[in-house]
Amino acid sequence: MTNIINNRRDFLKTSASGLVAGMLPVSLVRLSYAEDGGPDFTFAYISDSHIQHIEGNKFVRNWDRGLIRAVAEANLLEPKPDFVVFGGDLAQLGTKPELDHGAEILAGLNHETRVVLGEHDYYLDLGEYWSELYGDHYYSWDHKGVHFITLNSILTHDDWTYERWESPERRMNEMAGLDNPNGSPFMVGEKQLKWLQKDLKKVAKNTPIVIFSHSPLQKIYKGWNFWTEEAEDIHKMLSPFDKVNVIYGHVHQIQYNQIDNIAFTSVMATAWPWPYPESYAQAESHLPILTVPMNRADPFNERDATGWQFMNVHTGRVDLQFNLYNNTNRTVAFNEEKGHPEDTSFSDPTQRTATQRHY
Amino acid sequence: MKKIILLFSCFIIGNLSLAETPLGLPELPVPVNNPQTPAKIALGSRLFNDARFSTTGDVSCATCHAADKVFTDSPLSVSEGINKLTGTRNAPTVVNAAYNKTQFWDGRSPDLEDQALHPFLNPVEMALPDHEPILQVIRDDDTYTSMFRDVFDVDAGNVTMTEVTMAIAAFERTQISGDSRFDRWYFGGEADLLSEQERRGFAVFLGNGRCVSCHVIEQDHALFTDHLFHNIGIGINDIQDKVPQLAAAFQAAKTDGIDVDVAVLTDPDTSHLGRFAVDDQLSSLGGFKTPTLRNIAATAPYMHDGSLATLREVVEHYNNGGVTNPDDPVNAFLSGAIRPLGLAEQDIDDLVAFMETLTSPQHDSQAMALAAQVGTTGGAQ
Repeated sequence: MTNIINNRRDFLKTSASGLVAGMLPVSLVRLSYAEDGGPDFTFAYISDSHIQHIEGNKFVRNWDRGLIRAVAEANLLEPKPDFVVFGGDLAQLGTKPELDHGAEILAGLNHETRVVLGEHDYYLDLGEYWSELYGDHYYSWDHKGVHFITLNSILTHDDWTYERWESPERRMNEMAGLDNPNGSPFMVGEKQLKWLQKDLKKVAKNTPIVIFSHSPLQKIYKGWNFWTEEAEDIHKMLSPFDKVNVIYGHVHQIQYNQIDNIAFTSVMATAWPWPYPESYAQAESHLPILTVPMNRADPFNERDATGWQFMNVHTGRVDLQFNLYNNTNRTVAFNEEKGHPEDTSFSDPTQRTATQRHY
Repeated sequence: MKKIILLFSCFIIGNLSLAETPLGLPELPVPVNNPQTPAKIALGSRLFNDARFSTTGDVSCATCHAADKVFTDSPLSVSEGINKLTGTRNAPTVVNAAYNKTQFWDGRSPDLEDQALHPFLNPVEMALPDHEPILQVIRDDDTYTSMFRDVFDVDAGNVTMTEVTMAIAAFERTQISGDSRFDRWYFGGEADLLSEQERRGFAVFLGNGRCVSCHVIEQDHALFTDHLFHNIGIGINDIQDKVPQLAAAFQAAKTDGIDVDVAVLTDPDTSHLGRFAVDDQLSSLGGFKTPTLRNIAATAPYMHDGSLATLREVVEHYNNGGVTNPDDPVNAFLSGAIRPLGLAEQDIDDLVAFMETLTSPQHDSQAMALAAQVGTTGGAQ
């Protein structure tokens, strides 16, 4: 006989917490922004939709549905986010039909939208058509006491970009490959580093900084370009500031890290999940030890291990709420006491879902 | 080997369920605080069929969950309560509901005991102002007085809804059915029992139809449900443009303390929000519980709103990738498991033929009657 009394207790517990945890996470923002004097606020972050053209007006349905769903859900957020960021790789192979189709879906957002450039948007025409849609490849702005910077962190050596390939299509395909011996590491580049240096000069050291970047601004795994070549230089440039937060796409999985004063958090893709690098290749990988990895995705459910996130900015730090379809939503929040971001539910190893060992 | 396992499991629960577990079903889950007894089941049956527990005196549980219709109100698309008032949902069968991990289409009740509390009070079902009139009927009825004393050792004056719902749930737990032709073929080893077409349909069920991932079959039993909630494009497709307003208005009303049970059964648009109305998760928008497929050929029409008349229409809806008409717009919140299947006409016919093998013998006549109405072949052979 099965004892269903315990099930009932769990059920009631879940029901009672539902309204607060599910519907109103963004209303739980602290009201004061004490030390810096600005108000708390929220924004949403959608990334890596990889819209892929088949032919004519046909696009890969799965990737379309992921972006359509994230946009529709972000439009339901209450209270409304101050803006939405799209974190790069809107397109799969950087073509005009892909960028146009993706832009059309993104335009369904009822909020102001900021867009980051990804390598899949860039390496066909070096960002030319993307610029027509979204403007500068890197820029900064101030919002409610926070200095925001959007970087183009998917550049690489000039020789690779301009000299090596017989066609733009070949160049795009080579950069899109994983574990590709013809690949090249992501870089910010000298010109942009100079711009960044100059941009940071006008920012007070106690002003919180939030950087949106497609690549991680860390060196995690080179074979898949979970990598930014000048990571150390950038960290050094940012070291004088009290609070720096980096939000990055590209990795299609949850990662977070703390390096000195900089808190790093990745965002989910709406298209598909990547496995963690160490589960795949024999090469060296440096997944931040802080990170509690995601569970293995259910391949039947096309949306499993994809998602999007909304973010609370408070006292100069960013907390991420991961909205994960058919999975347990996760929150990675900055722990002031420990001085780094952590998963609010699963940091304690005893709370984690056991690894599946029987198939 | 299978036979030995089955005999063994019957033995374990034999005394508790008062019946042998039919072929194809797992051990019956019975709450430790509400064991099955013959007297309690008889009491539950009387309560289940008592129409005095409604404002008009003519609606009982059995009105929408009729024994001769596999405990549904087939062929109604949505249920009719007092004064022919209609709700928003297709009556789910009581048969095998004992195995459900949650009750109602949106899972808003954790178990049969809790579920039984709500229809009495819903304005479009039995419409009582509160549960007191039920307890009054019981106090004034000599048969109930003696039955409650026998079963719960309680005087009529002290009977509460706890005892009432425990008895109803105990009765409902006797309504389990397996032993279908599929069960005898798949679990019972009667290799020639299914026709070639039905077997082809089973292959579609496991393969390109992508059915089995939610309508689950286990190694030694099959409930044909994953107990989860999915947006498959029913109902919500019709309210797509209104979702932002509906979701916001519902959440505001819920914060103000509206009764979710009343809201979802009285307003069709709110009803289509599905599981979201219960758990407030964006991922649950338009999601409804995976229903069992047992006796499905005998319980038309289909889906939470009864909007699809035949099993063929159901399969076509899935084949179109979550839209009833191929040209309809897909809803933004569609579950990731739903996508166009590319089934051929023959595959669809085969799949429907397979589903017709899931009828238990005691419900064969209803499947036949229904088939005669809608012109399909029915489940019995």
